[in-house]
Amino acid sequence: MKQTIALTINGTRRSIETELGETLLEVLRRNGMKSVKLGCDTGDCGACAVLLDGSAVNACMVLAVAADGKDVDTVEGLEHDGRLHPMQQAMIDVGAVQCGFCTPGILMSGIDLLSRNPDPTEDEVREALAGNLCRCTGYVKQVDVILATARLQAGETDA
Amino acid sequence: MPDQTVPHFKVVGHSEPKVDAYALVTGKPVFVEDVDVDGSLHIAFLTSPHAHAQIIEIDTSRAEVLPGVALILTHENTPTRRYTTAGQGYPEPSPYDARMFDNTVRFVGDRVAAVAAETLEIAHAAVRLIDVQYETLPAVLSIDAALAVDAPVIHDEDDATGIHEAARNTVSVVKVDVGDIEAGFARSAAVVEIVCETQYAQHAPIEPHVVQGYLDNDGRLVLVSSTQVPFHARRIVSRVLDLPLYKVRVIKPRIGGGFGVKQEILLEDVVGLVTMRTGRPSLAVLSRPEEFFASRTRHPMRVRVKLGAGNDGVLRAVDMEVISNTGAYGSHALTVMSNVGSKTLPLYNKASDVRFDGKTVYTNMPVGGAYRGYGATQGYFALETAMDELAEDLAMDPVELRRRNHIRVGETSPIFEAIGEGKAGVEQMVKSCELEQCIDIGAERIGWDAKHGARRRDGSWVHGVGMSVHMQGSGIADVDMAAATIKMNDDGSFNLLIGATDLGTGSDTILGQIAAEVLGVPLAKIIVYSSDTDVTPFDTGAYASSTTYVSGNAVRIVAEQVRDQILEVASFMLDEEAARLRIGSERVASPMGESVTLEDVGLRALYATDQVQIGATASYVGAESPPPFLASFAEVAVDTETGQVKIIDYVAAADCGVPINPAAAEGQLEGAVANGIGYALTEEMLISDHGRVRNPTFFDYKIPAAPDLPRIRAILIDSYEPTGPMGAKSIAEIGINAPIPTIANAIYDAVGVRLRTTPFTPERVLDALEGIQQNG
Repeated sequence: MKQTIALTINGTRRSIETELGETLLEVLRRNGMKSVKLGCDTGDCGACAVLLDGSAVNACMVLAVAADGKDVDTVEGLEHDGRLHPMQQAMIDVGAVQCGFCTPGILMSGIDLLSRNPDPTEDEVREALAGNLCRCTGYVKQVDVILATARLQAGETDA
Repeated sequence: MPDQTVPHFKVVGHSEPKVDAYALVTGKPVFVEDVDVDGSLHIAFLTSPHAHAQIIEIDTSRAEVLPGVALILTHENTPTRRYTTAGQGYPEPSPYDARMFDNTVRFVGDRVAAVAAETLEIAHAAVRLIDVQYETLPAVLSIDAALAVDAPVIHDEDDATGIHEAARNTVSVVKVDVGDIEAGFARSAAVVEIVCETQYAQHAPIEPHVVQGYLDNDGRLVLVSSTQVPFHARRIVSRVLDLPLYKVRVIKPRIGGGFGVKQEILLEDVVGLVTMRTGRPSLAVLSRPEEFFASRTRHPMRVRVKLGAGNDGVLRAVDMEVISNTGAYGSHALTVMSNVGSKTLPLYNKASDVRFDGKTVYTNMPVGGAYRGYGATQGYFALETAMDELAEDLAMDPVELRRRNHIRVGETSPIFEAIGEGKAGVEQMVKSCELEQCIDIGAERIGWDAKHGARRRDGSWVHGVGMSVHMQGSGIADVDMAAATIKMNDDGSFNLLIGATDLGTGSDTILGQIAAEVLGVPLAKIIVYSSDTDVTPFDTGAYASSTTYVSGNAVRIVAEQVRDQILEVASFMLDEEAARLRIGSERVASPMGESVTLEDVGLRALYATDQVQIGATASYVGAESPPPFLASFAEVAVDTETGQVKIIDYVAAADCGVPINPAAAEGQLEGAVANGIGYALTEEMLISDHGRVRNPTFFDYKIPAAPDLPRIRAILIDSYEPTGPMGAKSIAEIGINAPIPTIANAIYDAVGVRLRTTPFTPERVLDALEGIQQNG
């Protein structure tokens, strides 16, 4: 059984045909959002984290039909006019990317955190990443990236 | 570290952004599964529900007629040649005891059938329609059961080769005797003997194994694989499928972590056969549960260590006995067990009497494989816990005991030569070792002198500190081979082609940095392309901490050859002897101050005079395997009411020679320590009485998340390895060996209990605490 849903993916409204039972993860990947990664399919690893109406969710745990009419933001939408999001740039500059498979999910969780809490402590950053598993890094540099982005954005706001 | 021996580098030694970082942070489709291949079939597996059984009958007729099913593979219609799934050099030191599909299944999760269908859903539905009649056989579900006199024989087939004694379930045996071990203990004032057991653990890369196959326009098989070993994968697939090697191409794109588990040929053969038989592209991805129960694990082991030392603390005798459980197949069975000794015993080379007695056994349990640390992890648990106990017996600071015993520059150990990987090892002298500094700095940062032996109480929590020291290697001496090709373009940029395999480690970047350093250009002018068997030169692959040292030396050598060719061309342009010219800042300059740009050189070489492609290919085989060193310190807090252990602080101070890219090297160390902390505290595959993995999900198998870890402090100590490329040694594996003994020793410092079985769960800690109360 098919159903057509409306999704606004990275600011572009789309009409998408979905199969019954299909997850948001499957729909996003099928529509070219390959940054959304399948690591477990049980909502435990966070590699498929996206923003749904501005809040981070694991796309593997959301039925596509439940996202009907909502905004979805993925890493594909972070770069504007050839400029990376500061958190993406910090990932590169700090050397926080190893294999990079978990990186999109970490970015979305980090952006979600700073939207709610622009000046987090290190513990708050670690807590915000509790649902994003990374096997490569030990999280040290990823935490630094989010803290550095918060400082940078605070500076921009002050200015 | 004497500074004058360390050259001043412009690109090496700097934390250059990774060459693939932009693609990764923008979510570009760079992983295997990100590229949709039109018309691809999807493959699902039927795996054994029994630990040990004979397949009496397999009926695929109901599955075959399901619409959308293209092909079903079973033992009845697939090649029967025995091989090893271990992606090692040829001939592999692992036994040929596996078939693509066998009529005997030997663990819960063993392959029974594969279905290729139009969608994954159809493939799964078809798997459920396959009827299999099994005759169950007695199963062997522990090391002791494997060694029992009347144990069922797991590999009784007559066509398996390379098994030490199949009738006794013994895959491999290594015995080494140096000096006279009993005399050594007789001469010792203090003797400590302990037995430690380690658990089943899984690598858990966030990207599972994935392979996409298709036929190219000439009918050749192309496998795009998340493999650590593209060249071994090509060779093994070619042999298993009886396809000429030249008809197979393996490409490794970006891959989402490996840690050893992707050194295994688990999907390439099936994808290859499906695509060859159907002529259609096909895709196989392991599910997360399959990743746990059907792929590969860290070999669980029982390790006995006996140490003897004089009153001065100097070791006289070291005796190590190892029994490793390889599960149903002997993947890396011999070499992981060998490494338990070869990567640990040389560290304490003062002992004149050393014995190593290792054995690997089959069980009907999940299959062992290569896993970061590769036996050293298991060995160091026992060795470094025993050292802690020895220090206590001698009333000596554990730090001081390490100082008196560890190997130093200019020293050797007979173990280097005595234990190799499937053959004798290689004699070597240690040419760089800053372990002393690692120990000093690590102790200072953790606050060792103030905290050790000074239990600090905070309600029910008690704090303690522990430490351990380590060495690993840099590649397998005399075995691992790497090659690199560089060609120069007309704008003065270069293509660097390497067989080396970047699993997310950053090796493409650091190999590019080495080339850039030699050729006097920024990293951006090196276009790195790796791991494509049609295009790049050979490399044994990413394992054994080999890439920086072995592949790095190949890149250094080829870059030097290309540099010399550039100087030859420039010598005509500048009318100056090549030997007097210098390359740097994208120019070649004469002593008189005249210069030409590399673009000038490139244009002349390709278009103008005496036209030639500037370029070369070079190879390198390590004549030795210089060990990196590590001093590891942790402060833990133990809750005496619940048994929970928290890591309060962790300091890992390493000597990896010159870090080619310090941020990447720190990342390796931080990640390895994080993985080791999980292995020490929470990670354990629980196996049921029937041999089934009970917790094959990230929900039930707990790998560390950010809130579970402290800010791991990775410190890279100044060092220079004279045989390394730009002074570098390895860093990838060593960190994972440290947390278990470091934390075990810290728990003892905190609450006075010695833990001998990993992981140190609250239950085990509480049991140990209660044991003390009962005894006391």
